[in-house]
Amino acid sequence: MYEGAIQDLIDELGRLPGVGPKSAQRIAFHILSSDTTDVARLAAALRKVKESVRFCVTCYNVAEEEQCRICRDPRRGNEVLCVVEEPKDVVAIERTGEFRGRYHVLGGAINPLEGIGPDSLKIRELLIRLGNGDVRELILATDPNTEGEATATYLALMIKPMGIAVTRLASGLPVGGDLEYADEITLGRAFEGRRAV
Amino acid sequence: MYVRRLELVDFRSYERVGIDLEPGGTVLVGPNGVGKTNLIEAMGYVATLGSHRVAADAPLVRAGAATAVIRCAIVHDGRELLVELEIVPGRANRARLGRSPVRRSRDVLGALRLVLFAPEDLELVRGDPGERRRYLDDLLVARQPRYAGVRADYERVVKQRNALLRTSYQRRKWAGGERDGADLVTLEVWNAQLIRYGAELLAGRLELCAALGPHIAKAYDAVAAGKGAAAIAYKIGSSGRGTERLSDPPDPLPDRAGLEELLTGLLADARPAEVDRGTTLVGPHRDDVLLTLGHLPAKGYASHGESWSFALALRLAAYDLLREDGIEPVLVLDDVFAELDAGRRARLADLVAGAAQLLVTCAVAEDVPEALRGARFAVSEGEVHRAD
Ligand SMILES: Nc1ncnc2c1ncn2[C@@H]1O[C@H](COP(=O)(O)OP(=O)(O)O)[C@@H](O)[C@H]1O
Ligand SMILES: [Mg+2]
Ligand SMILES: [Zn+2]
Repeated sequence: MYEGAIQDLIDELGRLPGVGPKSAQRIAFHILSSDTTDVARLAAALRKVKESVRFCVTCYNVAEEEQCRICRDPRRGNEVLCVVEEPKDVVAIERTGEFRGRYHVLGGAINPLEGIGPDSLKIRELLIRLGNGDVRELILATDPNTEGEATATYLALMIKPMGIAVTRLASGLPVGGDLEYADEITLGRAFEGRRAV
Repeated sequence: MYVRRLELVDFRSYERVGIDLEPGGTVLVGPNGVGKTNLIEAMGYVATLGSHRVAADAPLVRAGAATAVIRCAIVHDGRELLVELEIVPGRANRARLGRSPVRRSRDVLGALRLVLFAPEDLELVRGDPGERRRYLDDLLVARQPRYAGVRADYERVVKQRNALLRTSYQRRKWAGGERDGADLVTLEVWNAQLIRYGAELLAGRLELCAALGPHIAKAYDAVAAGKGAAAIAYKIGSSGRGTERLSDPPDPLPDRAGLEELLTGLLADARPAEVDRGTTLVGPHRDDVLLTLGHLPAKGYASHGESWSFALALRLAAYDLLREDGIEPVLVLDDVFAELDAGRRARLADLVAGAAQLLVTCAVAEDVPEALRGARFAVSEGEVHRAD
């Protein structure tokens, strides 16, 4: 245990995902020994992300304006909609260069252990979007783990009666994995080989 | 296959220790409580990612240390593979295979095939169904590592499903409301996965039980010198907490689709009781394995000696089966020979003498049959020294 401010920083860093106690300590002392201007830039970036980044009113991706870059892009099609859990999944799929449609970000997956049911996700908003009529195919790109699978099954049950084709990314993705960690080739191929559900 | 070197840092009683091992027989000698079992527990951990003695990882880390490290050099087909595990209680372990870190520690499963028989194995015969399920599942994973994924996914689904049933149960209790609440709409979604992974696990276990049967009979016969026929039978149903309702699997064994159908039926039947009690009552996590000697169940009927021989037969059968697959596993016998009379010592020695690597622990080296004594290590508190 350290005293005061340095321990506070270690504690805060330690609460970040993927940062253990040792890393938190290393980062904290790195910050302490950095230039004041570097630290000011980091602090400003932290503050700015909460102040200026919003969620897109259409797809719930992160956005700097009312709508995100993808929703504003007139070259992208409205017929195929890809449903993902988190904004980071949009980035992962964009990197594959395989997808030219639009997204819908649920904000998580069904997870009873964490008290997350369908109502806690942007599912009602998705159904309203689909009700507007342009979408022919819905791609379920939730994570290939039990929670993502449950969410995909639930969405398929809700949406198939609406007469929209529902597909799921093909396996080949590591089971139990996070979409964001799949490499581009695997993810790209999974996209190509998506199947009807 | 054999373990060429084992290194431990802050594992159990060892601050830092390294031992160079050889193929063939090795005896680890030392008085009680010096740390013999700790050494082989570490090897077992590399093979199964769990301890044969404790469910949680915290006791494996030396008192006062934050993490424990196990390094194991395994030689198979003339090639050496290095496995390194860092045990971090309460968090995911870190693992390396060869020179590179792996994303999940379960990627190292399959690198070391090891069969361990220890006094704790008496629980296989006398203990709860969970002990026997773990015996099957560990063997399943050793033979086909993909089952590690199936097992983890299945356990996760049961946890999620239980959380859903429990919240709904609590909400109903608070509200005094109707039975099948609106909050259970997503139960179907979890059922689908419970059935899929459950059937996959069930198929694996049933197939495994069938394959084990003759090996168990043979091994028991050898260990107990022809006294009684040992058999194993898988039981489907709900066990535990006074709700034993076990039944034989259908004969002939259904294929995967048939097993999914079977689980679908069981789930439908159990639904009112599950909603009532707020937990998942059917599925492979509630099944059991019936062990019989002659016409009687071993549990509750077999003597101490018979139970012990049965437990040993289960491990030897696992060893035989892995051998049949074409990879010679490492065989470890912890504190076994002191329990046996001269005749059974000799018979056991005959059974295991051909092992690619055999590690035997004992308090007195003379208890171990001559034929199995190869290299000798003296174990004293926190230290291991070559002693031959
Ligand atoms: N986490 C731990 N930290 C320190 N010592 C431990 C730890 N776990 C077990 N021990 C010690 O290890 C010893 C038991 O070692 P064990 O290998 O079971 O002995 P044996 O040689 O009889 O097989 C005990 O003295 C126990 O106190
Ligand atoms: Mg011991
Ligand atoms: Zn958008």
